[in-house]
Amino acid sequence: MSTVPSGKPPSASIMQNNNLLGFLFMLPAAIFLVCFLTYPLGLGVWLGFTDTRIGRDGIFIGLENYEFLIRDKVFWLSVFNTLLYTLIASILKFALGLWLALLLNENLPFKSFLRAIVLLPWVVPTVLSALAFWWIYDSQFSILSWSLMKLGVIDGPINFLGDPNNARVSVIAANVWRGIPFVAISLLAGLQTIPASLQEAASLDGATSWQRFRYVTLPMLTPIIAVVMTFSVLFTFTDFQLIYVLTKGGPVNATHLMATLSFQRGIPGGQLGEGAAIAVAMIPFLLAAIMFSFFGLQRRKWQQGGQD
Amino acid sequence: MSSNVPADVLTDNAEGMSYLNRLPRRIMVLYLPLAVFVFVLLFPFYWMAITAVKPNSQLTDYNNYSPFWVVGATLDHIKYLLFQTSYPGWLWNTMLVAVCSTILSLAASVFGAYAIERVRFTGSRSVGLLIFLAYLVPPSILFIPLAFIVFKLGMYDSRLALIFTYPTFLIPFCTWLLMGYFRSIPFELEESALVDGASRWQILVKIILPLAVPGLISAGIFAFTLSWNEFIYALTFIQSSENKTVPVGVLTELVRGDVFEWGSLMAGALFGSLPVVILYSFFVDYYVSSMTGAVKE
Repeated sequence: MSTVPSGKPPSASIMQNNNLLGFLFMLPAAIFLVCFLTYPLGLGVWLGFTDTRIGRDGIFIGLENYEFLIRDKVFWLSVFNTLLYTLIASILKFALGLWLALLLNENLPFKSFLRAIVLLPWVVPTVLSALAFWWIYDSQFSILSWSLMKLGVIDGPINFLGDPNNARVSVIAANVWRGIPFVAISLLAGLQTIPASLQEAASLDGATSWQRFRYVTLPMLTPIIAVVMTFSVLFTFTDFQLIYVLTKGGPVNATHLMATLSFQRGIPGGQLGEGAAIAVAMIPFLLAAIMFSFFGLQRRKWQQGGQD
Repeated sequence: MSSNVPADVLTDNAEGMSYLNRLPRRIMVLYLPLAVFVFVLLFPFYWMAITAVKPNSQLTDYNNYSPFWVVGATLDHIKYLLFQTSYPGWLWNTMLVAVCSTILSLAASVFGAYAIERVRFTGSRSVGLLIFLAYLVPPSILFIPLAFIVFKLGMYDSRLALIFTYPTFLIPFCTWLLMGYFRSIPFELEESALVDGASRWQILVKIILPLAVPGLISAGIFAFTLSWNEFIYALTFIQSSENKTVPVGVLTELVRGDVFEWGSLMAGALFGSLPVVILYSFFVDYYVSSMTGAVKE
């Protein structure tokens, strides 16, 4: 916006006019966001300090919910699960997503068609694709078990969702399946902004394809990787739908994430206060991710020579 | 489909080094992994579709029938779904909620984004940043207090509850996206309109909005699919069967005890996905630009 005349500052009345107008224009969005986002966020923190149940207003009980949670093994298991789930799923999504993006960035026939169908898992409602995974993971009639048995890899059907560790692997696989398209297509958009001349210059200088990737593509892509992965981590960390469909947290709480535990305690369990406390416990992790994103954005702007 | 050209035509002026890749190598490092990716990413949909039309006798009999194919496809599951369950009602609810909340959010976002980008009131930069932060607040930490509020407002178990709560994640997204679009519209257009005596309202309606139509479509499509896919609010706020949305209805009403009717379940999943997939297929580029735009801005 360098074309804006930058001589005298606008007169006070215009500024005031703009402030009034800006206020009026912001009003609809602000009302929604304050009533249904800011206020609930604060209310959630408050509920975490009360013993509210469904149908009964609670009273302030200080840190009792949190003291209870600190001694609660299931809560710590859910924290561990959430971190494990987020870490492994994010790494896999990043590695596979970047690979897919690099593949799609090549000269391909039907490129835009490929790009369109690759994104499908991201477009389809998670609950509905998770139902398909539920059927694929069926303990008796799983198509995966059947195929592996036909290939002679295994003897009997795999108990995908009944065994704690199998269940963890299965839900992570389903999450990665859903997340790869988002990472791949976003990174592809980033890849397409890298000028081909840079690659050519590097290859004229004798760089191998690995060196071109490591010293040209990756540094150019770093800012967008930071942002994409922040979003990906955020989505994965707060994931609810997949777990709720596939395992509902079981077997023996092995796949309970903080979000699903918060739901289970809060809504079917009726302990709104305790559920809210678990949700509040997620906030520090989210803040860390947001700070990461913020500095990623800053660095990107700086690299592009923008100000502000 | 701009890149839909035969591979043997010389199109390598963009990738000046593709002559280095000979065909066998290209198959191994490019086409094979790509084929595996596409197969894995699409297989669940194929499985969904094939299960939806399989007769019950073939569904669990892998010895006499190949599980990957169907002999004598049946429409029984789909008929059952459409005529003996509340599925059509859920589809209607989802459509209604998604359309209403998208329109509401778009309207609020257009004004908000225009104010932040172009009216430049005091503090507009910080408001823009707050909008971005609001986009990062996930529904899974908001649903408990929101359930509390919805209950107090007397909207519990009504579609209105969803129409009013979905904008909490749609408005930040749409505003953020539209801010990017408005930024790309030359400032001079507005200035000349101002000089000609147009009011802010006229500028917005007659100059900015027509130019921002692609942005509006992108934001609208994305918002629609987001609200179509929403689950946790709908699960928490809706109790009665006739108000449920498709994802919640399929999961809570079609899954009964231990007897899974996989055929109708998969048919339900398929039909619930089709509206967004059809919409997406018409507006792929808009969808992609809104998804990557939200990340890139």
